[in-house]
Amino acid sequence: MYIYNDFDEEFVRNRVAQFRGQVNRRIDGSLTEDEFKPLRLMNGLYLQLHAYMLRVAVPYGTLNSAQMDKLAYIADRWDKGYGHFTTRQNIQYNWPELRDVPDMLSALADVGMHAIQTSGNTIRNVTADHFAGAAADEIEDPRPTAELLRQWSTDHPEFQFLPRKFKIAVTGAQADRAVTRAHDIGLRVVRNDAGEAGYEVIVGGGLGRTPLVGKVLRPFLPKSDLLPYCEAIVSVYNLLGRRDNKYKARIKITVHENGLEKIQELVESRFAQIRPGFAGVDRRLLSEIEQSFAAPTYVINSTDGYEAARLAHPAFRSWTDTNLSDHKTDGYAVVSISIKKHGATPGDATSDQMRAMASLARDYGHDELRISHEQNVILPHVHKSDLLAIYTALRAADLATANIGLISDIIACPGMDYCALATARSIPVAQEIATRFDTLKLEHEVGPLKIKISGCINACGHHHVGHIGILGLDRAGVENYQITLGGDGTETTTIGERAGPGFGADDIVPAIERLVFGYLELRDNADETFLMAFRRLGADPFVAILYPEKAAKNAA
Amino acid sequence: MSRAFTPKVITANALLEGDAIWFTETSEWTRDIAQAELITDAAHGDIRLLEAKADQSIVAGVYLADAKAGPNGPEPVHLRETFRTRGPSNYAHGKQGT
Repeated sequence: MYIYNDFDEEFVRNRVAQFRGQVNRRIDGSLTEDEFKPLRLMNGLYLQLHAYMLRVAVPYGTLNSAQMDKLAYIADRWDKGYGHFTTRQNIQYNWPELRDVPDMLSALADVGMHAIQTSGNTIRNVTADHFAGAAADEIEDPRPTAELLRQWSTDHPEFQFLPRKFKIAVTGAQADRAVTRAHDIGLRVVRNDAGEAGYEVIVGGGLGRTPLVGKVLRPFLPKSDLLPYCEAIVSVYNLLGRRDNKYKARIKITVHENGLEKIQELVESRFAQIRPGFAGVDRRLLSEIEQSFAAPTYVINSTDGYEAARLAHPAFRSWTDTNLSDHKTDGYAVVSISIKKHGATPGDATSDQMRAMASLARDYGHDELRISHEQNVILPHVHKSDLLAIYTALRAADLATANIGLISDIIACPGMDYCALATARSIPVAQEIATRFDTLKLEHEVGPLKIKISGCINACGHHHVGHIGILGLDRAGVENYQITLGGDGTETTTIGERAGPGFGADDIVPAIERLVFGYLELRDNADETFLMAFRRLGADPFVAILYPEKAAKNAA
Repeated sequence: MSRAFTPKVITANALLEGDAIWFTETSEWTRDIAQAELITDAAHGDIRLLEAKADQSIVAGVYLADAKAGPNGPEPVHLRETFRTRGPSNYAHGKQGT
């Protein structure tokens, strides 16, 4: 993976030193809160309901074991012994004290990490497929592209005061695990007729208050044009994007209001203008970066022991059935470690668990870890002969939950338990749903089902693209939960449809239970997933299950 | 006719820890909402808000929040403010843990 060069190192160290000075000046009273706030936000420091929150970028979700160990160290030394992995492949610390934050950033810099541009109206952490470099369906590893974009966007002088935040996601595979169609720019590596790799460039997707599926701006962009083309897009947005209304400021609204054709014209014209200025430095940089993402040296080993262990050990077999994905190399698997134990907070890992995962990466995983936007941790390169040892170690660390892609593998934002913007809680709803279906021992029978929960309209919990989405709102001071149905965040991205009136906090889990039992009745067979059944039948039968009184009245 | 003024407290976060705090009648900051001044008059509230904001070397994010009189002192009205008096519901962290 990419290791900081002298320039990166110096840049990050300088930023830590600057921020240390700014914190000192805030504490001694030289800076007012109004003056300090934009400075702290530039460095990922928020003020939440109970405390500060430090959001640290995990660039394109990739970590090595030393970085994961450092995240654990920071959690113990300056926080409450845990961290929260987010839907944007970041980690958030919920309890830092202002005085300690420069030391935390300095500790991060020791392992080539930072919190720069994890907030503010800038280009945020570039996210990528969490199976990057490992997935069997991959055309090309998206991480060199994401790293080039990180370098280009970090402190980019033109893009520090955009109309609003700007999020880029990259995938190199056919299956879209990076939700590229719900980003300001989504990049999909594709091949043209000549077999050359390039990008399908998608623009103007986003969730939040106005969910929109991104549109294809360029079906095929040569790889060599990546930076000037992205710079043209952000440049056009920077001038055209609305600054009069925060809720209309994202590029999705700019595209929607101006039309794709006009945006295309403006982007192509700006691109033609700036393209010559790039002079090939970007391409040389990309090829250098590509070297640092070379595939690990895979081992060749027998998998007989693995197959035998699967037969002998039902719990291990169940875990391998749900938590493994196909690797591009024979004998290897991609391991998803669930950070969604039934009843636990989705995405929270203790420092002990972080160290356990780091140790597994070191011992069995070519020193690589990934954070997924679904708030789980991935060991991307594991030989199958090591899986039993990994499973045993995960059990000891309370990390062996076999629920990836199932109903308890819920995305949930921090919600009103932490977030100053939230209108309702998300975490307790996720905890109750997971606990309920664990008690019913039903989730394996229900099969693949993605529930995503947001505690406000900003949709950090991706509820619009959940097969079942839950949006927590404030109705006259009381938590109220709206359900959306049929959303999908993959290559067939669909915004879910709102089912009807919201449910109170006591009624939302029973409503979900009713819905899932109803689906089991409606499906053709056990292979028809919730989403497939929804697409075949439409919303009506599911809405009737959610609102039985209304359905009975209509029938009368 | 202007709307009736609903009682309020002045609240903020402590600059160093970020902990929720409230402004008292004696212009100090308390970690316990019950010790806060319950403001029942809009004009008085405006003045007190200015005074509270002047304390910005020790606090951040000062604002007025709806509150009501309880047996032991002011109590929060809104759910969000209730959370600020105790902490998150998933761990015994924050005020409820101390």
